[in-house]
Amino acid sequence: MTRGLRLLALALMMGWAGTALAQGTLRIGINEDPDALDPVTNRLASGRQPLTAICDKLFDVNTDLEVVPQLAESYEIAPDGMSLIVKLRPGVRFHDGEPLTAEAVRFVTDRNINTPGSLRRSELTAVERVEVVDPLTVRFVLKRPQGYLLVINLAERAGMMVSPKAAQALGDRFGTQPVCAGPYRFVERVPQGRIVVERFADYWDRSAVGPDRIEYLPITDSTVRIAALRSGEIQIAERLTPTDLPQLEADPNVRVVSTADLGYHIIRFNTNNGPRSQVLRDVRVRRAIEAAVDRQAMVTALFEDKYLVGNQFVNPSSPYYDTTHPVPARDVALAQRLLREAGTPNLTFTLLVPAERERQEAAQFIQAMLAEAGITMNIETQDNATMLNNGRRGQFEALFTFWSGRAHPDGNVFAHFTCQGPQNDSRYCNEELDAILTRARETTSEEERRTLYRRANGILVDDKPGMILWHRRTFTGLSTRVSGFVPHPDSTIRVRGLSLQQ
Amino acid sequence: MASATVALGAAIPASDSRLRRTVRRLLRQPASVVAGLIILAFIVVAIGAPWIAPYDPAKANFLLVRKAPSVAHWFGTDEVGRDVLSRIIWGARSSLLAGAVPVVMALFVSVPLGVLSGYAGGWVDMVIMRVTDALLAIPYLIVAIALAAFLGPDLWNAMIAIAIASVPIFLRLSRAAAMAARAEDYVEAARAVGSSHLRIAFRHILPNMLPPLLVQASVMAAHAVIAEASLSFLGLGQQPPAPSWGSMLNAAQRHMAAAPWMAVAPGAVIFVLVVAINVFGDGLRDALDPKRR
Amino acid sequence: MKFLTFLGKRLALAIPTILIVTVLVFLLQQLLPGDPALAMAGDEVDEQSLAELRIKYGLDQPIVIQYLRWLGGALVGDLGYSIRNSVGVTDLVLTKLGVTMQLAVASMAIALLIGVPLGVISAAKRGSIADFCANAFALSGISVPSFWLGIVLILIFSVNLRIFPASGYVPFSEDPWRCIMGFVLPSFVLGTGIAGVLMRHTRSAMLQSLGTDYVRTARAKGLREQRVVLRHALRNALIPVVTLGAIEFGQLLAGAVLTEQIFSIPGFGKLLVDGVLYRDYAVVQGLVLVAAILFILASLIADILYFLINPRLRS
Repeated sequence: MTRGLRLLALALMMGWAGTALAQGTLRIGINEDPDALDPVTNRLASGRQPLTAICDKLFDVNTDLEVVPQLAESYEIAPDGMSLIVKLRPGVRFHDGEPLTAEAVRFVTDRNINTPGSLRRSELTAVERVEVVDPLTVRFVLKRPQGYLLVINLAERAGMMVSPKAAQALGDRFGTQPVCAGPYRFVERVPQGRIVVERFADYWDRSAVGPDRIEYLPITDSTVRIAALRSGEIQIAERLTPTDLPQLEADPNVRVVSTADLGYHIIRFNTNNGPRSQVLRDVRVRRAIEAAVDRQAMVTALFEDKYLVGNQFVNPSSPYYDTTHPVPARDVALAQRLLREAGTPNLTFTLLVPAERERQEAAQFIQAMLAEAGITMNIETQDNATMLNNGRRGQFEALFTFWSGRAHPDGNVFAHFTCQGPQNDSRYCNEELDAILTRARETTSEEERRTLYRRANGILVDDKPGMILWHRRTFTGLSTRVSGFVPHPDSTIRVRGLSLQQ
Repeated sequence: MASATVALGAAIPASDSRLRRTVRRLLRQPASVVAGLIILAFIVVAIGAPWIAPYDPAKANFLLVRKAPSVAHWFGTDEVGRDVLSRIIWGARSSLLAGAVPVVMALFVSVPLGVLSGYAGGWVDMVIMRVTDALLAIPYLIVAIALAAFLGPDLWNAMIAIAIASVPIFLRLSRAAAMAARAEDYVEAARAVGSSHLRIAFRHILPNMLPPLLVQASVMAAHAVIAEASLSFLGLGQQPPAPSWGSMLNAAQRHMAAAPWMAVAPGAVIFVLVVAINVFGDGLRDALDPKRR
Repeated sequence: MKFLTFLGKRLALAIPTILIVTVLVFLLQQLLPGDPALAMAGDEVDEQSLAELRIKYGLDQPIVIQYLRWLGGALVGDLGYSIRNSVGVTDLVLTKLGVTMQLAVASMAIALLIGVPLGVISAAKRGSIADFCANAFALSGISVPSFWLGIVLILIFSVNLRIFPASGYVPFSEDPWRCIMGFVLPSFVLGTGIAGVLMRHTRSAMLQSLGTDYVRTARAKGLREQRVVLRHALRNALIPVVTLGAIEFGQLLAGAVLTEQIFSIPGFGKLLVDGVLYRDYAVVQGLVLVAAILFILASLIADILYFLINPRLRS
């Protein structure tokens, strides 16, 4: 009798727990429609949102930017630095039931490197080949001793493990139906509409999964995204801007969380790329431009003082920041003097700006500030595709761009400022800097890394191939029904740990 | 011979008195007069902007960002601290240009082609009409975006795009008028007398086309003002810091919650101008053809 | 028989028009600066990856070959591949078509329900207060910038009053109520603009029709005024209105860009703009082709309706 009663009680409790666990659908408003959901080709920041829910990575970084295990349990860099051993978590399955093995990791890494047009290739340049040591142990044999950097890259899209069986079956079309090993499995996608994912029953960390379903809705207009949040249509609204915030302060159903962003906004100067580099080639001219700009006033007026002023590729509170080169105050007299010395007292140049509100407004401010120093800056608006093209070809004098940022400082500087860096549209080339940055990739000493990056920052501030202006903060609006949300500097929403009250 | 001359004499439009009659009819409609005066007022303000506007419309002032309307700034300030009233006043230039220039450009291209097409007929007509239909089927926004990307976004490129979009309608009108005229007796008579095609086009076809063309022009002008505002709203027209009512609305939209006054003035002023053009156009139509009242 | 020849001739003329459209748009896109591979991949990639992408999507071929390949595909229903969305353009277009059609139909319905009756009343009661009000409404409808109206409506009805959703589209099959609610504001915005145009044309056509001998005869016969207005005058007045309505509907399909942008509705307009901005050539080609076909179809239907309504043409 008592046994029967106990069973009944247990059943009731489980049922009750079950309903508590059944947490309905969480709707997240993202700022644009993501591109294909295949880790190999995914580029846009918005793509990371649904991919993070669908595809777990070998590692992850926490909010302190430290590497933590995810699909892998641990890693070890060989003493000579030329190989990286990764031990996988046992018992992990892909959404199609296939097990995660070292062979799968090898397959995925090969796929990332060898697929034509792969966007992950540049993140895996250090990898010579991948070897299977045993079913749960992988060895990455390296061309250069950049093991730590590789680990950080494996904590990003390059480390997202897809099911080899599904990848082989779907080929190019994998992005339409991704099969990975994350907490949620892909259900459906309406192009430019919603992306729907549902809870994966066999996930290795089931208890951390709250909502049964998640829908990602692209809403490009932040005003409309906020309206949807306030009306309860979505429960999370990403990428809010400082000017959006005041209207949310009074709303009891909504709260805003924020954290410093990893990226930076920069005006890049054409120093060596083609004939148009003549205008700003003299470093004194570039220093004059910087001297005429008041970053703090701009951030205060335009962004309610919610963004951070900056002048280096990491924000001022980062351990890699060079404190001997702080953010300068405005000095119009200095600007004018530098221009006279350079022989161009009436400097005129054109800044290319995309049709994006924050940069447009900032450009107009800067235009006014420069005018007071006798500098005429013309603003030319171009769409992104045109600007990318012009940047590559050197058809610019200055362009206003931003970088979304990576957990490892290398990701913020190597491709952008080394002589061969693909994103170095300035074609700025400093051998000393290249050597420092290469060494920084390879060293295993955090101490040395800090010293090197600080020096790198110092060099870049002095040479000024670009003028970094500010670092954003990420603002995410949350319905009070959502708990467990931790904002991350890389702006990606981690869905594990979220829970949704009814 | 005599009958031909009589036919000619009767058919040559007594343009002078007709013009006077039209203007008189126009002036007798209070709505048209008011609308005309409003348009005139806009033109005066646009021309006199340097003297009327209280502040420099392009001067950013980071201490005055998004201030509400006050005695110093009647319409408040915008997202970089510029005086909204001054920008409205200066912005009249772009909007008026956008109303007039695309229409003029379109007429320049479509009237000769339309008359040619309707008058000549045959395969010339065939080809021109197919291209016209094709143009009509392409959304003007695509043309605008492409032009903006190719030539750089600015007011003139936006106006070219709007002009291209307006060509088909004017072309069809001109063609219809030319086809109708071609069948008229007086044209036959003129040919018999030995008038060249060109002379016929100028003296006979064009004057008869004028009424419907004028009316359509006013309709298109109203559309053009809104189209320019739409393109500027999308970031494809007049670029900041140059003032344009459409781009002001673009900025206003982003700051709707924090600074709603930024949206009121540009929206209202576009509305008033377009209503005035439309009312004037209606009046013009009624004055040109009293039977339609 | 006369009707069939007429129809046949119109269809035959439509084909070269559509071909010209595709060539024009193709050339237009070639003018655009920027490289689709770069636009898709961003600037983080090296030249080798870009080259691979170009080969993958056939972008390294000469322009004429690219166009002919596309044309060949289009003739069998394969409109190519969207680089940005990673789906076939045909599938993409069919999905969007449904959404845009719904918006277009809803907007047109509102426009017809408001515009035509107002035009009739206005003409019948010319000079009265009703006429004046109706005129004022129509004038406002065509003079207000649609994007401004949309934003203001969102602010009032979605943010403050919470009656309608601010954005987005939900398929009818999934949540019919939400679907309908989601269409109310955008179709109102689009519909009132067209209502204004329709009202004015209906009014002027009605006025003209009311002045004809045909109507005068009907009145002389002693028929009730209402019957005269509705059965006789309206019938003739509908001719130009129907023509206009069909053309407006045809233009609605690609012309709702602003509204779709503001309300985040995944329809044609938004797809088209994104296609141009991201240099997704296949999408733009495919969409413009479909939009052109639909526009021409709409004109054709207008002509057919014209034929059916106008008793004089039928004999």
